[in-house]
This record gives sequence, structure tokens and C-alpha cells, in this order.
Amino acid sequence: MAKITFITTDEAQITVEGDSGSLMELAVQNSVQGIDGDCGGVCSCATCHVYVEPEHVEKTGEASEIEKDMLELDDNANEYSRLCCQIEISDQLDGVILRVAP
Amino acid sequence: MKRSELPDPFEQARVETGFGEMNDQNDPVTMLLRLKDVRKTAHNWKTFQSGAEPGRIVVPSEVNIRDTRQIPFEVDPPMHGEYRKVVEPWFKRPLEEAYQAKLKQQINDIVDEVLAKDSVEVVSDFSLKLQSRALTLLLNTPYEESDVWIGWGTHVFRSEGVALDGDKANILYDYIDAEIDRAIENPTNDLYSVLLNSEVNGKKLTKEEVKGVMILTFAGGRDTVINAVTNSIAYFADHPESLSRLQQAPEITGKAVEELIRYFSPLTHMGRVVTEDTQVCEHAAKADSRVSLCWASANRDGNVFDKPNEVVLDRKVNPHVAFGFSHHNCLGATHARQIMHILLMTLAQKVKSIEILDAKDNVEDLDQFQRKVGFDSLTVKFNPSI
Repeated sequence: MAKITFITTDEAQITVEGDSGSLMELAVQNSVQGIDGDCGGVCSCATCHVYVEPEHVEKTGEASEIEKDMLELDDNANEYSRLCCQIEISDQLDGVILRVAP
Repeated sequence: MKRSELPDPFEQARVETGFGEMNDQNDPVTMLLRLKDVRKTAHNWKTFQSGAEPGRIVVPSEVNIRDTRQIPFEVDPPMHGEYRKVVEPWFKRPLEEAYQAKLKQQINDIVDEVLAKDSVEVVSDFSLKLQSRALTLLLNTPYEESDVWIGWGTHVFRSEGVALDGDKANILYDYIDAEIDRAIENPTNDLYSVLLNSEVNGKKLTKEEVKGVMILTFAGGRDTVINAVTNSIAYFADHPESLSRLQQAPEITGKAVEELIRYFSPLTHMGRVVTEDTQVCEHAAKADSRVSLCWASANRDGNVFDKPNEVVLDRKVNPHVAFGFSHHNCLGATHARQIMHILLMTLAQKVKSIEILDAKDNVEDLDQFQRKVGFDSLTVKFNPSI
């Protein structure tokens, strides 16, 4: 079980627990505002954009090339950007904090 | 070749030069064929604009049959974003449970209808009806209204053999004008009334702006949904094992929807007007010329997709652009995805197999390329599971 915290654009903090699936699915199940996951998690829509808090980047690892290509053309992307449909939940993520991108 | 196959006519040009050329009513179009180029160009709205003369970014061009600007489709940022903010919540309603329950009932009913028949012409007796009935939910108008739209036939703008049919377009425009007047007289909870009551930058939308949104809603979701639904039926006819797989593993339905939409790419391409002399794929693109973003080609780009010409039902990473990309991504995508999702679930549950009895391909003439986009007609027999 991993504890995951999402911080929405209006600073609402939501901490949830998960053990499988993607972070996008977890966010959608818990109605985290700003995470739509329109494409169901196949890296096609970029509606699950989050910023990983810098001190937690090691937990999530790096984006794949396909994911980077998507983020490259997102005006709000920065070096901490991830599409959270591409992050699988595991114990390694425990304690991670993610800010939902605008 | 299986009847459901949609070959990729762009491969050679995509690999060799990255672009194709098409003449369209003496307003030529340079078609961009590679996924990365398509995305970059879609994102660069300053150099590749949508807010040109109304109808010009559509291929074939509609400048001769339409003056109304489609909104937010033919508007560039920042105004585009203002319009989009107004319409976006309405077009996300398909995520609501009540909406999905109604759509499920509609799709359940039409699948039952066709299961009872010995043969069904899918385009007019299944896809068009399904699309029109579902549109009553998106517009929040009475179900009976769909009979009027079904009566218009399969294409709002196109008649058989005629790429652009001004008379047919006028039927739609006159209908929308009358509906807007009706909604002014007697407001309801439908999309016309909601739009008439909406404000952008502190000003109420004008009748012309409302008309622009409504034309987009009708035109954008008609051929595309009809092709996606018809092609799905052909696909499952050729692949009964996929039906049983979806029945046994319904959790892959979302991925299957994305993959079928990638493979079908119901909208082949969309144009942009170049605002300054520039280059695309080392090819000069002059100011005031047109380029198009070829979603159908980008979705078969072998540099991005493994086995691009195969339907991999549970494809995990699928960065397709079938719903467009960037600011102008498809407003109706949420509705379209729900239709496909519920259709696949319903077919998997109720249908054992589908036999193709007769088929006539719908092939688009893109000058340099001929692309099968679906079927003019597809006659099948649906066999029930039980």
C-alpha cells in the first residue's frame, strides 16, 4: 500500500492509498480535480499532467520518450512534469506528493 | 485482405519526404504525415492558424458553402480559450452517470433491434441511427428530434458522388437557425438555450456565435462517429475472438476504444492556414497557403507505434492523434469515447459473431493518396450470444 498525496490547483490536499493500477486511475477514482484521464491511460490526451515535488522525483523515476514527447508541447510543462497515467502504483511511491498542473 | 482492414496509403511518402500534396478546389494543401510534425504544427497556432476565412481549414474546403465561423474550431488563442471555457463543461457531461445510463439504454435497444433482423445495412440502419439518437443526449433535446437528423442521410455536407453539397448544407443551417429562434422564444435546458444564455468576455453569445457552435457540433460528430461505429462492426465481424476477449476481460475496453479509434482515424486530416513564410519537412510553406495535419498517417507512424497496421486491442501506450492534438483537440471526444465504450461492452455481451454479407468501401480521394475511411454500405447479419 502506498500513500499518495495530490495537491490541486486551488491548493486542496488529497491523500489516498493505492496498491495497483496507475496514479491517474487512483486520482480519477478519488475525484482529484484537474485529473481527467480522458484517454483511459494510454498516453494520448495529456489530461493527467502533474508536477512531482522535487524531493520525490526519485520515487517516480523518469518519463519515457513517448511521454516526454507529449510533455514537450505542453505549455505548462517543466522538469518535474509527468503524465501520471504512466506511473504505476507500487510501494516505492509511498509518500509521494504530486501537484496537479493547470 | 480482410474487409475490415484500413490500409495505410501514406507510408512511403511519410518515410521518404514526410509530406504529401493535394489540390483542393485550386487551394492546394501540403499534408503533414509524421506524428511529431503533426503535433508540433498543431501546437504552433501562430504560424499555422485556424482562424482563417471560415471553411478554409476544412479539406475539402467549405469556403464556397459556408460563411458562419465554427466555434471554437475556427478561432485561435486567446479567444479560442475563452469560447472553449464556456462549452467545455457541457461537452464533459458524458462523464456523468445519468448520461451514460441513457446512452447505454439507447445502444442496448439498437443492438437488440439489429439482432432480431436477418440482415442489416449497418451505415444507415445502425450507425446513423445510433449517432443521431446519441446526439439528442449531447444536445439535451427530445429523442424524437433524431428522426429528423436520420432523415438527412449519412452526410450533412456530402451527397453520394458529390464532395460538397451546398443544398444539403443549407438544410442543416436552416434547421439550426430555426432551432435557435425556437430556443429564444421558449428556452429549455438544451444546448441552444444554454449557449444563448452564455457569456464570453462579459458579452452574451450572438445568434451567429451560437450557430457556429451548433454547426460544429452537428458536422464534427456525424461522419466521424458513423465511420467509427461502422468500422467497429466490420472489425468484430472479421475478429470474433476480439468480441469474446472483451467479454472475458471487460477491463481492457478503454484501451480497445483508443486502439480502434487510432486504427480507424475517422477524420483523415484537418487543415491550417500558414501565416508567414516557413518550412515544413524541409519543404517551403508560403504565407497564406494551406497545410494539413494528417491524423490518419500520424497514427500509423512506425517510429512511434509498434505494429502500426495491426489492431492491438490492449495497446498500453498509444499516443494517437485521432482526436487531434493541442488547443483544438476534439470537443466531442468525451461523447465519442462513451459511445464507443458502451458499444463495445454491449456487443461483447450480446453478440457472438457478425457475418459480412456485402460491403462497399468508402474511399477518399486525396489526389496523391486514396484512403479507405470506412464503408458506403455494409450489410451484415448479427448472431446473438445466447
